[in-house]
Amino acid sequence: MNESAEIGLLVLAIAAGTPVVYAAVGEILAERAGVLNLGVQGMMLVGAVAGFWAVFTVESLWLGVLLSLIVGAAAAAIHAFNSITLRVNQIVSGLALTIFGTGLSTFIGRAGETQLAGEPAPKSFEPLLTGGLADIPLIGPLVFGHDILVYLSWLLVAATSYYIFRTKPGLALRAVGEDPPSAESAGIDVAKVRYIHVLVGGALAGLGGAYISLALVPSWTDEPIGQAGWIAIALVILASWRPWRALFAAYLFGAAGQLNFYLQTQGVDIPSNLLAMLPFVLAILAMLVLASGERARKLGAPAALAIPYSREQR
Amino acid sequence: MRGINKSFYGVKANDDVDFDLGVGEVHALLGENGAGKSTMCSVLAGLYRPDSGEILLDGEPVAFGSPKDALAAGVGMVYQHFRLVMNFTVAENLALGHPDVPTRLSEKDLVAKAHELGDRYDFPVDPNAYVWQLSVGQQQRVEILKLLYREARVLILDEPTAVLTPQEGEALFRTMRLMAEDGRSLIFVSHKLNEVKAVSDRVTVFRDGRVVGSADTVDATPKDLARMMVGRDLDLPKRSGSADRGAVVLSVRDLAVNDDRGLEGLRGVSIDIRQGEVVGIAGVAGNGQRELTHAIAGLRAPTAGTVELGGKDVTSRTVAHRIDAGLAYVPQSRLGVGLASGLTAEENLALKGYRKPPYAKGRLLDQDVFKSRGDKLIDDFDVRGVRPGLPVRLLSGGNLQKVLFAREVSQDHIVLMARSPTRGLDVGATEQVRNQILAERDAGIGVLLVSEDLDELLSLSDRILVFYEGKVVGEFSAEEATPEEIGLLMAGHTEEGAA
Ligand SMILES: Nc1ncnc2c1ncn2[C@@H]1O[C@H](COP(=O)(O)OP(=O)(O)OP(=O)(O)O)[C@@H](O)[C@H]1O
Ligand SMILES: [Mg+2]
Repeated sequence: MNESAEIGLLVLAIAAGTPVVYAAVGEILAERAGVLNLGVQGMMLVGAVAGFWAVFTVESLWLGVLLSLIVGAAAAAIHAFNSITLRVNQIVSGLALTIFGTGLSTFIGRAGETQLAGEPAPKSFEPLLTGGLADIPLIGPLVFGHDILVYLSWLLVAATSYYIFRTKPGLALRAVGEDPPSAESAGIDVAKVRYIHVLVGGALAGLGGAYISLALVPSWTDEPIGQAGWIAIALVILASWRPWRALFAAYLFGAAGQLNFYLQTQGVDIPSNLLAMLPFVLAILAMLVLASGERARKLGAPAALAIPYSREQR
Repeated sequence: MRGINKSFYGVKANDDVDFDLGVGEVHALLGENGAGKSTMCSVLAGLYRPDSGEILLDGEPVAFGSPKDALAAGVGMVYQHFRLVMNFTVAENLALGHPDVPTRLSEKDLVAKAHELGDRYDFPVDPNAYVWQLSVGQQQRVEILKLLYREARVLILDEPTAVLTPQEGEALFRTMRLMAEDGRSLIFVSHKLNEVKAVSDRVTVFRDGRVVGSADTVDATPKDLARMMVGRDLDLPKRSGSADRGAVVLSVRDLAVNDDRGLEGLRGVSIDIRQGEVVGIAGVAGNGQRELTHAIAGLRAPTAGTVELGGKDVTSRTVAHRIDAGLAYVPQSRLGVGLASGLTAEENLALKGYRKPPYAKGRLLDQDVFKSRGDKLIDDFDVRGVRPGLPVRLLSGGNLQKVLFAREVSQDHIVLMARSPTRGLDVGATEQVRNQILAERDAGIGVLLVSEDLDELLSLSDRILVFYEGKVVGEFSAEEATPEEIGLLMAGHTEEGAA
């Protein structure tokens, strides 16, 4: 068998998983605070289009990154206001956000003077190191062959994990997601904690979207991110709300998505549409096994997830 | 506190309340269920924002926007329903939200701090235990430690003894006195007049959201206080003679039931209850009472033994079947098992009868009957605070219990099984519930009364069985039962062992 093909598959899996890593870590933060945000797909899309617009018009990759963070957070702010201040049903509000983000990104891609749709990006994030370390067999491409945003995502996962489980604000975050009345009477501002984490979560989803248009597939199409947002939401459960697990689960899904091409290069003849379904079948199975009430609780589902909180409510 | 007003959905929970708390004083609050005690406490603790009125601390006006502000000013509260994160350890709960805890958490420091606090106040707790593993009494200690860790000068304890055994209650009172001697001020809410007499310096009585009076505790007789609370004299129910005993209506044979952890919670218990008889089950909570009531109600399958209702074996029958066979059940948890918290009072009252006429007309429900029957029961049982269309969970504890009781005894039934039916109720509501239990007995119903309150058992039961570790360790007739003997058996002393 051809060894470099397998390594290639893994490298591609990491790249394909990276947008999902960002989005899933963002969703973990929001859900740990007790807010379910089903608008991930929408937030990723507006992030993707903002990033692409920046590199297309100003040719600045980092401006694209910054912009995607901002619009992701702005989109999340809608959901935060709905679910924290107005206390509307979080599922409805999140779905609305996805619909809104999908429409908006398509619109921006097609309208205006600078038509984005169908255009390739003038620039994209490239692997940080070429030659040298990256040429070491096996480890080279796997460890040293990525672009900077992949390394940043590893840093993010490590930092988030530390934050959630080892710091005082992380403790407050978990308390808010578990038991808001107890958190409030311990002197924690539940609404503030929820706002912050939903906004940061949105920014990360925006960045995840931008990774697709700035690095993974540097061009603009009408369906630029596929269903990455939904996969991210499913992964949060599969990862039982833990960042490191989300990272590896995202790579697993990345691999499932790339299997298609890999098998074709190996001359295995399976209809490609069937293989394209693989990540979703995996996601559905994972949900069936893990997401049922009692088991989800044991895995660490925040007990107050998706329940609006009001201080004076009985 | 001056002129505090607070309304919920148009009901005045606090109406122009004035309240003074001295330094180093234990100040008791008395009042019927729904009188507004918890509301005033929550306003003081910063949880509720008053509609109007002001709070003065050391003579300075303060405005608490949140519990955080109140804690910073040294005012903290232990709520009626504890506010601990169950999935956190004791140490984590103590650290949560505390201003002095550093950003990077060190498990070692947290544990050390918890030990230090426990030692300082003679309040041993295991810092590494998860809160859900603790008994209610231990959880309460953690709540108090939380406040002491914040250096609270004003501690509000909302019905702290309702969940404690008598011994734990005694220990709490000692701690309260110690804290008062330390110069802290305490607010103590209770429905039990003897506790108020025992531990407080001053007492303030609430009725219908208003303060009806304050007095030094030494000057107030229990009779006066009771009259102030309910506005009339009370006569606590006393069992008189015995009713005509009839056939056996509930028969439990060699029943064994597993508890939540899969261990044997109930280990071979047999009980017969006849018509017109009240059988009391005494015991410290967690000695098989829960397993017994659940197995009889059909909520938990026994591993061995049988349950017969009215002579018919129902051991493997559904809950619905047992209801039809004549079982009325007043569970311990009023919201959750007893009532559907999101439905209205009227809907809850129909919850056991809705399948049959007059509620049901074929496949449809008759809304008029819901309303007329509901209104009548609410009236007959003197349920207060019901607001049409609003969920039943907004009612105070006493009124929830009345709704539950009304539903259960208005069904056709031959057996009434009640678990801690007066826990958390005010003296008036307690009197009413106890009288109803005696009325049931006189009407020829067989009553199984499970309670941790010995006074209640002694005043109502014809026969008392003592549970210890899932077994019956003693049986007394009403005439021969003494609190001392039963208390010893409850604590695990066998007849020989005690001698
Ligand atoms: N958060 C709330 N939402 C709606 N109504 C409320 C709320 N809190 C209290 N009430 C209502 O205000 C009134 C006073 O309630 P409160 O809890 O202060 O009584 P209480 O004296 O503490 O009674 P109990 O002895 O049963 O604890 C009741 O009619 C209650 O239904
Ligand atoms: Mg109360």
